[in-house]
Amino acid sequence: MTENIQIKKTMDLKGLPCPMPVVKVSKGIKEVDVGEVVEAITTDPGALSDFPAWARTSGNEILKTEQDGKTIKFYIKRNA
Amino acid sequence: MTNTDNPAVDLENLESQISQLKSSFDELKKDNPSNKLSMVVFSGDLDKILAAFVIATGAVAMGMEAVMFFTFWGTPVLRAKNKRPGKKDIMSKMFGAMLPKGTCEVKLSRMNMAGMGTAMMKSLMKKKNVASLEQMLEMAEELGVNIFVCEMSMDLMGFKREEMIDYKNMTFCGVAKFLEEAKDSRIQLFI
Repeated sequence: MTENIQIKKTMDLKGLPCPMPVVKVSKGIKEVDVGEVVEAITTDPGALSDFPAWARTSGNEILKTEQDGKTIKFYIKRNA
Repeated sequence: MTNTDNPAVDLENLESQISQLKSSFDELKKDNPSNKLSMVVFSGDLDKILAAFVIATGAVAMGMEAVMFFTFWGTPVLRAKNKRPGKKDIMSKMFGAMLPKGTCEVKLSRMNMAGMGTAMMKSLMKKKNVASLEQMLEMAEELGVNIFVCEMSMDLMGFKREEMIDYKNMTFCGVAKFLEEAKDSRIQLFI
């Protein structure tokens, strides 16, 4: 499925703890157009619940979440 | 003849009902809180202020507006390290010297152990990439977090406006301003 997702921008947020991943991604998503996708890579385990909560509240959409060991990848579509 | 037989009367009724509904809707809308977070920062402890800034910056990331009211022990934390306050009376000087001057001098609420605990926590934070209070303050300013400072606390402890940090969205105010903001907020916190 990932092959079908067109990534406009990749954000490396590895090693950053709360609240930085969410703060940075909320800024970063504004740098792409509505409908485009940001790939966010984080190692914050809290992000697994934080990113969906952020997306629901801010009106954006997480298309896909991938986890590889400690690394978590989110594909976020800008809707708002 | 009933109303329904006369279209003009019917329309008039409907129009007055709509305007009544509209005015009660406007009234309701006025009382509906905004997507805003209001926080009282009463504490002057490193851990609690850090938590306050994490929540405030997080709120902005979530698309909310964030307002922080610094009062009592929170006030000295907003003093600038390198600014000279000028002439002060003895009590003000005492308070000024005993309270932390800026974010770098605040201590943990627990396990301070004469400064050792705080130093350990700070080095641990650095190691784990947790933002320092200085970085959080900078981030808050960049994100547009509003800071209000309690004028009464400042006066009580003898702080002058000239010795406070330069912060874009900083206002000096009293309790009424806080209540106005808090009333209009979905979330209110006291830290």
